Amino acid sequence: MITVPQECRFTEPLPLDCGRSLEGVVIRYETAGKLNSDASNAILVCHALTGDAHVCGKHDPSDKKPGWWDAMIGPGKYIDTDRYFVIGTNVLGGCSGSTGPQSVDPVSGKPYRLNFPVITIADMVRAQKRVIDHLGIKQLLAVIGGSMGGMQVLQWAVSYPDAMRAIVPIATAANFSPQNIAFDWVAREAIRNDVNWKNGDYAPENSPERGLATARMLAHITYLSEETLGRKFGRSLQNKEDYDFDFTHDFAVESYLEHQGRRFVERFDANAYLFITRATDYFDLTAETGGDLAAALKNVQAKFLVVSFSSDWLFPTRQSLAIVNALLRDRKEVSFCEIRSGYGHDAFLLEVDALGRMVRDFLRKQEVRQ
Amino acid sequence: MMRHLDLDVNRRRDLEVISALVSPGDRVLDLGCGDGSFLAHLKEARSAEVLGLEIDPELVGRCISNGVPVIQSDLDNALDFAENDAFDLVVVSHTLQEIRRPDLLLRHIVRVGRRAAVSFINFAHWRCRLQLLAGKMPRNAQLPYQWYNTPNIHLGTIADFRETCRNFDICIVQETPIAARFPFLSRFFPNLFAVGAVFVLEKASR
Repeated sequence: MITVPQECRFTEPLPLDCGRSLEGVVIRYETAGKLNSDASNAILVCHALTGDAHVCGKHDPSDKKPGWWDAMIGPGKYIDTDRYFVIGTNVLGGCSGSTGPQSVDPVSGKPYRLNFPVITIADMVRAQKRVIDHLGIKQLLAVIGGSMGGMQVLQWAVSYPDAMRAIVPIATAANFSPQNIAFDWVAREAIRNDVNWKNGDYAPENSPERGLATARMLAHITYLSEETLGRKFGRSLQNKEDYDFDFTHDFAVESYLEHQGRRFVERFDANAYLFITRATDYFDLTAETGGDLAAALKNVQAKFLVVSFSSDWLFPTRQSLAIVNALLRDRKEVSFCEIRSGYGHDAFLLEVDALGRMVRDFLRKQEVRQ
Repeated sequence: MMRHLDLDVNRRRDLEVISALVSPGDRVLDLGCGDGSFLAHLKEARSAEVLGLEIDPELVGRCISNGVPVIQSDLDNALDFAENDAFDLVVVSHTLQEIRRPDLLLRHIVRVGRRAAVSFINFAHWRCRLQLLAGKMPRNAQLPYQWYNTPNIHLGTIADFRETCRNFDICIVQETPIAARFPFLSRFFPNLFAVGAVFVLEKASR
């Protein structure tokens, strides 16, 4: 399946939570499948921290890799593009086609860099809503996403309660935990302390690669589980028989992280990483209800399917259950499942079959009868 | 939970009795709801607003494909989410014997439900008694397990159940013996002749 990147350019400025607004915002999006005649089969898929609008298919048959959730989305797959019109967008503040810190500020004519406003998850969702309006969709069939995508999903249900029939937050939380804020802090410090960062004013060919790679390595550990690391690497050494008695990589796990860091800097921008992680730090659905999640979710109308994974310690099941219990207290319709998996947070991308079957069956029940 | 998967409400007398308690629009919570087919039946035939709790992820998936909202959860401490009288009816059918603390669950279900319907297997049925008299743990169609692999850790009798309700100030508003073959005898001597029973309960202070 071939998908084509498209752009939605806003004619009106986009108001932001921080009080500023952005002119000339562009949101990159892709679609797969066909929108039906009454526009009732559209599903918005929200990506995680470093994802993009390319959710499925390939841009060109010669592409090495398909979109990031291609195992889940496509013709005849769990989110079946023969049935549904699937939309992926790149988040506001990103670096994969949407307006972000590296974009040119139409007012000053120069890249924003650190002058980019600090955005929030609600800002990202506000931008996505414009894309959905632009596509002529009054009500989405579902909004689905994992991790930071799950936060957007929850924000959708709160910001636009009648804009969707179903909500599927996966491996996520209604507020970003102090532990996660702490990890983000260390990741950003790694970037900010890279001499190449230069307060955000780095040239593309001389970017803070080391800092960004370190941030990624740290984050990557949090996506895995102790079990995965043990099973995948154990204490085995990388192409050697004995320790080198120095600080280069001896262990396979070290060289794996290095590889992950190196690959990441090829596709991601350091400033975008700062802004997007900050948006996750600020995410707290209960900010305006004094910590009361049931009050925050009082007006949601969509039916929920909440999914967590047993070995996910970044967004543990307890946090999903907090969402579930708040919805039950509000007498909303909600289903919840904890999928048994050893993969840690990454399970939301790896446990395709267990998750996919559930999502498919749930979506079927939400379809508008034609 | 161990409830039969291809649940046929007409063949499960206890579920027939429970189903009759449900009025249109009632909020019904089923603890240990299996694949959700009983709740799907209540939704369809009784226009009830339903929710199931189920521990087995496989069965949780089947509830979802049956269009029944379900929370994956064990039943010990599972009801903390629910406010008093959050449901019109809480159903515990053939599940109580698998719970770690049935007494705590009983007190919870009459708190979160205006009414609760509990069906269970009567361990004092004459066949069970005969098997025990012969020196063996009872085994039959309803109790197919060996003593060492049974999930039924808290089997009881109709008489036990009545006494427990009395001790916890739980009001029994209806008691329906489930008979296998001697309906007449079951009515008058349920603890000896009924294979099970459905109890409808309320908080005594109501």
